[in-house]
Amino acid sequence: MEYLIGIQGQDFVLVAADNIAANSIIQMKQDQDKMFKLSDKILLLCVGEAGDTVQFAEYIQKNIQLYKMRNGYELSPKAAANFTRKNLADYLRSRTPYHVNLLLAGFDETDGPGLYYMDHLSALAKAPFAAHGYGAYLTLSILDRYYRPDLTRDEAVDLLKKCIEELNKRFILNLPSFSVRLIDKEGIHDLEKLMPVGAK
Amino acid sequence: MALASVLQSESVDFSNYGRQRRGFASGLTETELGLESVGGDSLSFALRTSCSNGDGPDRKIEFLHGTTTLAFKFQHGVIVAVDSRATAGSYIASQTVKKVIEINPYLLGTMAGGAADCSFWERLLARQCRVYELRNKERISVAAASKLLANMVYQYKGMGLSMGTMVCGWDKTGPGLYYVDSEGNRVCGDLFAVGSGSMYAYGIVDSGLKQKDLTVEEACDLGRRAIYQATYRDAYSGGQVNLYHVHSEGWTRVSQSDVLMLHQQYQAEKA
Repeated sequence: MEYLIGIQGQDFVLVAADNIAANSIIQMKQDQDKMFKLSDKILLLCVGEAGDTVQFAEYIQKNIQLYKMRNGYELSPKAAANFTRKNLADYLRSRTPYHVNLLLAGFDETDGPGLYYMDHLSALAKAPFAAHGYGAYLTLSILDRYYRPDLTRDEAVDLLKKCIEELNKRFILNLPSFSVRLIDKEGIHDLEKLMPVGAK
Repeated sequence: MALASVLQSESVDFSNYGRQRRGFASGLTETELGLESVGGDSLSFALRTSCSNGDGPDRKIEFLHGTTTLAFKFQHGVIVAVDSRATAGSYIASQTVKKVIEINPYLLGTMAGGAADCSFWERLLARQCRVYELRNKERISVAAASKLLANMVYQYKGMGLSMGTMVCGWDKTGPGLYYVDSEGNRVCGDLFAVGSGSMYAYGIVDSGLKQKDLTVEEACDLGRRAIYQATYRDAYSGGQVNLYHVHSEGWTRVSQSDVLMLHQQYQAEKA
């Protein structure tokens, strides 16, 4: 139903998420933002069970900010990803696990861009590209085929467009618009929303 | 993920109901369509599909509440329209239920799902809003009020609460409308319809809101019409249409119209 995708370039990470908030078979909202800003250069994309998504993402967000207040400096994307995973793992075998799937994207001064894939079973993997949702089945092969580590920003956006066109063509559910953001050493940039035109 | 849970579950199967029913002795009565009726007294608007795993409330999937409630923002505030029927299975328990809860003079909450859950939690919300007002010497915003409610019910997620409500009000950022439910959803929007008749209501309001700049009168008519159309098609909605208008000075109770009267009126207009 929901779709997340991330593509890492040489000095940036491009991420996109669909904008539908659904409840059973109804679209309740068509401009939902599923990205949570953890810090100036870290974004958390979160999908999954109703309620769990926002509650968990805001919990992580506030804790990252608290760390900054307490210690005077921010957590790196790698540290933030591991912190998030640890929280997921701690709750996994409790009575109230968080059923959420995440992508964490960030830019580190020393390590450069990073994309981290996390799922509801608290797996963590740093990956050059990743996707969540049923849409991932349709688009991961496209990413496998056309991804190169030295993609420019425009090429990465074109690759993203390819993926979204495929979803528009083959995915049974209608996902009319996607929020797109790019993280580089300057910070987080909002790109134009992608709205695939009717299937050919 | 709501749809995923519906697709993956085998419990969306109405053929189970006959079998389920025969198994019940006296005690907790569960009506044909899974409506809960404890002690013969309390009624709920919730429809529960029968679970085949015996995990209890954990695996309950509620995608129907026997009601139609809607709210939409427009230029001059928020229109809130609800029906007034309560059903226990195929029995109509009441045609005069108040499904709009007046939280305070400028905040309204609608009721869909368990009647007790809705009225209890919204009363609790009213108390929290008043405390906020006393502490901060200013009115609470609609966003904050809905967040308070969402956080309160999130603690009970999975324990069987059934509540689908819209928090409507006017604060310093203008008209506010949030949908909050017992699943943990909290969504801000311009238009929501909740309940078994919601899909029918969406059809009317979506097409009616296309032309922007409605007057108050037109917006009220649209809300009334949408609920009427929903009650026409949905067996679990009916009774009267209660209409409220939220504006900068607070909320006003606009009208209460019997659905059958509306039917006569609209038929006459067609002729």
